[in-house]
Amino acid sequence: MSDAPKEIMFAQACNMAMAKAMADDPKVILMGEDIADEQGGGVFKVTAGLSAQFGTDRVRSTPISEQAIVGAAVGSALVGYKPVAEIMLMNFITVAMDQIVNHAAKLRFMSGGQTSVPLTIRTTTGAGTGLGGQHSDMLEAWLAHVPGLKVVAASNPCDAYGLLYSSIMDPNPVIFIENTPTYFTKGPAPTPDHVVPLGLASVPREGSDISLITYSRGVGACHAVAEKLAGEGISCEVVDLRTIAPFDEETVLKSVAKTKAAVVVHEAVKNFGTGAEISSRIHEELFSELKAPVGRVGSGYAPVPFSPAIEKAWMFSEDDIEREIRKILG
Amino acid sequence: MTTKGAKALSDTQMADKDVLIDIFTRADLIMQSDIKFRKMIGAGQLQIVYYPVRGQEVVSSAMMAAVNQEDYLVTIYRGLHDQLAKGIPSKDLWAEFAGKMAGTCKGKGGPMHITHPETGVMVTTGIVGSGIPIANGLGLASQLDKDGKVTVCCFGDGATNIGAFHEGLNMAQVWKLPVIFLCQNNLYSEHTPMSFATSSETIKQRGDGLGMRSVRVNGNDASEMYAAAKEAVEYARAGNGPTLIEAMTFRFHGHLLGDTGHYIPEAEMEQALKDDPMPILRQQLLDIQVSEADIAAIEAKNKAIIDEAAQFALDAPYPPGDEYRIDVLDVEIAA
Repeated sequence: MSDAPKEIMFAQACNMAMAKAMADDPKVILMGEDIADEQGGGVFKVTAGLSAQFGTDRVRSTPISEQAIVGAAVGSALVGYKPVAEIMLMNFITVAMDQIVNHAAKLRFMSGGQTSVPLTIRTTTGAGTGLGGQHSDMLEAWLAHVPGLKVVAASNPCDAYGLLYSSIMDPNPVIFIENTPTYFTKGPAPTPDHVVPLGLASVPREGSDISLITYSRGVGACHAVAEKLAGEGISCEVVDLRTIAPFDEETVLKSVAKTKAAVVVHEAVKNFGTGAEISSRIHEELFSELKAPVGRVGSGYAPVPFSPAIEKAWMFSEDDIEREIRKILG
Repeated sequence: MTTKGAKALSDTQMADKDVLIDIFTRADLIMQSDIKFRKMIGAGQLQIVYYPVRGQEVVSSAMMAAVNQEDYLVTIYRGLHDQLAKGIPSKDLWAEFAGKMAGTCKGKGGPMHITHPETGVMVTTGIVGSGIPIANGLGLASQLDKDGKVTVCCFGDGATNIGAFHEGLNMAQVWKLPVIFLCQNNLYSEHTPMSFATSSETIKQRGDGLGMRSVRVNGNDASEMYAAAKEAVEYARAGNGPTLIEAMTFRFHGHLLGDTGHYIPEAEMEQALKDDPMPILRQQLLDIQVSEADIAAIEAKNKAIIDEAAQFALDAPYPPGDEYRIDVLDVEIAA
């Protein structure tokens, strides 16, 4: 297809991945608030056109009932469907946590492997756009803490396409986190059969002095800082986890074994964040080889503030990353 | 056909003889199992948490007599009666209650989390009300597959005070899902009487409010319960959507074994015991010319099944400790 666009937006990539999955497997169904075309194809248009293509039996707009949405996904997944439930914004998963944590994550285990829950929950979030305290939290650490759940977050359209397709086809429940502020940023387009396996990190930038371990929007920030510091002769390696849980320890440890220094970067609140786990694993395996303790960058210990002035101060930044790198490299 | 007695909440006739025998056979298995569990736990032979079901046998037995093995069931931690009525083999069930490898779930679910897809038992949840949204998903799958199956979702009166009930029933009605919501109203949510914690006079009213076909029946009367169940099943299979059945019943023991049920007024318990559905159903069989010998044979057969299952559960080996690494994800978790 020579007329295929060379670049696409993140939101388009997600749409294309769902379309591909639905075309490949009649058991893939979508449900969520306002997702069918009659209701607008989703508030961010990520599912636009899919109900027209696959019908409203398979692309179902729902009541505003998050636990009923996830419950319906759990139940249909138990008997052979591969449902993709859209929870419009990540903060709304709090309303469905019983279904996610006590049921989606545990039914395979508690049934002794007789049943499984191959569902995907797509949800979007991200601070920096003035949505305040209940529409922009990054809550991946809660979910990563639950045995039985996989947690995925893409940093670019091409990975989003390949990871979402893998998430939908995965035999386990997967939380797929999309980043609202970067929905409409462009990146290289994937080929139609592009797949990114879950559990595999990428190293989009190689370096020798320090490893920046990150995911989602942190990847763009780390690239920018790495580019800046390269001018001073500091060589940063960027590791994009892509799958947060279970994370690719092999790639992370291999990178840090080479650079002997690391900073873990994420948008979520730093305290008790995924950075603590990743940092701890590095210390457990590579403590004696490190130039300095592993650093962490995350957002402040507060709800996401509304006013742009406070939100900016609260939020993780390229300056924070740069400062942490300089501290570690002395 | 004789018309039923004064306790009826709806106008139904006696069920057929074969149906009543079927219901009694299931209900007696449940009653004897419950008695045996309480005895063995009391004697220290089993150390498990147990939620007694004595008093609620007929509700489940009549409901499950109206569905097929391949129809789905979602139930709750007080679920022994539902699971046995649905047909889970006693040996598998007892072994799971005892935490043994030969149990339905390799000992990883336990009494509160029984699953047995072969008999349609898809989920047993320990979280009040949370089976309701999942039952919708099973119903949705049946609706999309046009496989004609129905899903029975059991819960108590207490579950109708949690959000999942309202979200779930609303969605089921909006999507016309083939689900039967069976509220076994035993009048107590754990230790709290319905009158204290539930704003509506009946649970049926809540279904009515959601625009759902809703009925209220004496669940302890086999014929009345069976008629309501059968009607709801036919309604769902015909594609008309869900039904809420409020089945009035009573729980003869505390919330869990060890709870004396001191909060239940004596007079209320006395009356409930007088209305014990089991001797009533037994007498009904005699009334319709089922012989004492035939009834005794059913009871003896059930007793033998239970004795064998209980012994099997005691003798069976526990799972190996590192079984915890299996079935978390589709692949084994590294040690």
